[in-house]
Amino acid sequence: MSNPVTNVLISGVGGQGILLASEVLSEVLMLAGHDVKKNEIHGMSQRGGSVVSHIRFGEKVYSSIIPEGEADVLLGFELLETYRYLPLVRQGGSVLANNLQIFPSPVTLGKETYPENIPAKIAEAFSDFTLVDGLKLAAEAGNERTVNIVLVGALSKRVAVDDHCWQQTLRKMVPPKYLEENLRAFNLGRQL
Amino acid sequence: MERAILSGNEAIARGAYEAGVKVASAYPGTPSTEILENMVQYPSIDASWAPNEKVALEVGIGAAIGGARTLVAMKHVGVNVAADPLFTLSYTGVKGGLVLVTADDPELHSSQNEQDNRNYAKFAKMPMFEPADSQEALAFTRLALEASEQFDTPVFLRTTTRISHSKSIVELQDPVSGLPQPALEKNPAKFVMLPGNARKRHPLVEDRLAKMEEWACRQPFNRVEKGTGDGRVGVITAGVSYQYAREVLPEADILKLGLVYPLPKALIRDFAARYETLYVIEELDPFIEEQLLAMGIQVTGKSLLPLCGELTPGRVAQGLSGQAVTSYYSHKEMLPGRPPSMCPGCPHRGVFYALNRLKAFVSGDIGCYTLGFMEPLSAMDTCICMGASIGNATGLSKVLDPPERSRVVAVIGDSTFLHTGINGLMDMVYNNAASTVLILDNRITAMTGRQENPSSGYTLMGADSYRVDMEEICRALGVRNVRVIDPYQVSATHKVLEEEMARDEVSVVIARRPCMLVKRDPVARKPALSVDDEKCTGCRVCLKIGCPAIEWRSSDQGKGSAHINRLFCVGCSLCRQVCHFDAIGECQ
Repeated sequence: MSNPVTNVLISGVGGQGILLASEVLSEVLMLAGHDVKKNEIHGMSQRGGSVVSHIRFGEKVYSSIIPEGEADVLLGFELLETYRYLPLVRQGGSVLANNLQIFPSPVTLGKETYPENIPAKIAEAFSDFTLVDGLKLAAEAGNERTVNIVLVGALSKRVAVDDHCWQQTLRKMVPPKYLEENLRAFNLGRQL
Repeated sequence: MERAILSGNEAIARGAYEAGVKVASAYPGTPSTEILENMVQYPSIDASWAPNEKVALEVGIGAAIGGARTLVAMKHVGVNVAADPLFTLSYTGVKGGLVLVTADDPELHSSQNEQDNRNYAKFAKMPMFEPADSQEALAFTRLALEASEQFDTPVFLRTTTRISHSKSIVELQDPVSGLPQPALEKNPAKFVMLPGNARKRHPLVEDRLAKMEEWACRQPFNRVEKGTGDGRVGVITAGVSYQYAREVLPEADILKLGLVYPLPKALIRDFAARYETLYVIEELDPFIEEQLLAMGIQVTGKSLLPLCGELTPGRVAQGLSGQAVTSYYSHKEMLPGRPPSMCPGCPHRGVFYALNRLKAFVSGDIGCYTLGFMEPLSAMDTCICMGASIGNATGLSKVLDPPERSRVVAVIGDSTFLHTGINGLMDMVYNNAASTVLILDNRITAMTGRQENPSSGYTLMGADSYRVDMEEICRALGVRNVRVIDPYQVSATHKVLEEEMARDEVSVVIARRPCMLVKRDPVARKPALSVDDEKCTGCRVCLKIGCPAIEWRSSDQGKGSAHINRLFCVGCSLCRQVCHFDAIGECQ
């Protein structure tokens, strides 16, 4: 393509902090001088539903929706929601998944079953696959609620942007009270 | 120049600020809600939530008659509610500029239909701008206000979900200065729409559209972009569809319309004449296509592209090429869905649990509580539009005999009741219908993300305000049986509902408890509960309340058992009350 655009997809369950993660990423990309578009659906998709955020960047971005099957990176906050969006990822794309299961209501009610061995199934199709123990690293950073920033840290390795852009954006977007633990969380994710 | 990455809605609020808007009014509705929420950061704007879209527009009209620049916002179906003042406003015109933002929802991400409100522009004879990204959302808001004053007309700004909720980079400018001070000015021939006056205004409306059509041919918001190809394929498009056209057909030349009504006909004729193949790429209705066909221009559009749902790059590519878009990866098994559900601790849950057990036929309404239709609560049987539950229940009760009639319960939230439910209740009493109305009073407009309303006691700007007294309103309408319950109390909720359903006259039950997510109410979060494995018999009754905090763990030996996720549980104790074996208690 004459106009290379990088496509990042972030998926998970409503309430997991996906919106903040995608906000941080798009601010970082703007700071780094890229054209950026970001898209997600609010409303019904919150309240425990499946949530997906599209972030696209490059010299010039048109559609804010990633063309089907062209995501370069998929970051999933939950295993089923990572697995669900694999068809949007291109061959040779990168997949990062938080090692967490949240059972959706049809599974709890016994109407449907949660797929087994999701990490193995992802690894079989995508050689660049990273499984992240988000909760463990967040606890290590000092607050279990920083899982989303741990995952942003893990994602940062797949996005060619200078470290200072990340640091500067986190300082701008995270309340000062929680900044230190979030910076620790980011760095733990980035080291993966 | 300062740059920011803004959503379409944030950009519209910014555009209103830069254009010197003084008054903004709206009723919340996805995907429009954040427009007014973002107005709050600009102190020069008086921004407020109206009880419904009709009132919002009427407030806007008044401000415009006074000479102020005004913005009114609503979701697509909200325009149906505001349509009455709208069509006559088109005749009166304005004094200060007035923009009505209609935020459409192709694909029904959070709506009950996917009507294409471009049709309103033609129907109400009003111009309509349609931005394709946040920069245009900002610029077109300013432009629409200027055009409103220049042509003495209200102006539509139409977004879709993907424009309102997508973020892209915009350049910020300083607000305009030197706008005229609002003042009273009598002009009955223009603003008193009795037949004699209105008859004289109609030709001005037709004349105005003709002038705008000519004007639009020379404006930079309708522009031709050269593609990389040999100039054989032309595309006419607007709004978000433009982005998909650029993505999928880089070789095509594109006539990008910023104003989708009235169409710049001379510009279109000139453009269309240059191409062997001409496509119209638009979401939903063939709004542009039909007008082109009426002009005698051969175009291809809806024969290739879907009438239903939103477009995506893939759907455009597939439509134009006839080839399915293939993915590298496809699933070899069915995946469980992940539907949204009521939050842990949601006060609606106990009510729907009771309605389910009472086998009620629930005439439903629009709000978070519409989720009550989902399993396992499965206690909603109709949902048509804002406020419909009560009128629907009246109609049902007219055609049913008493035993069946008593099963009918209208369920409506506080905000929806004040939006358009009150009139339904007035009718129910006035015409001697017999039904039970359940008002779920969580003191907030919750579904759209927790906005204030006349029963919450606060305004959009955060000021204290009179809080509507629900019981007094119902009594004033003539309801003799008004009862208030706490939906956290499972048995009492069941008992009161059972008694009122049995009563063969109108009764109102108000289930009162604030939304769990509203932080200002002094309801202390209680500690999470847990299941005592020794006592849990695996009967699964706690799963019937549909709480996302309760998980089921099957076991190879026994029947399995319930578990409570401590990160989700807020200690509302509903599960504890429904458990027959006293197996649920506070975490040890």
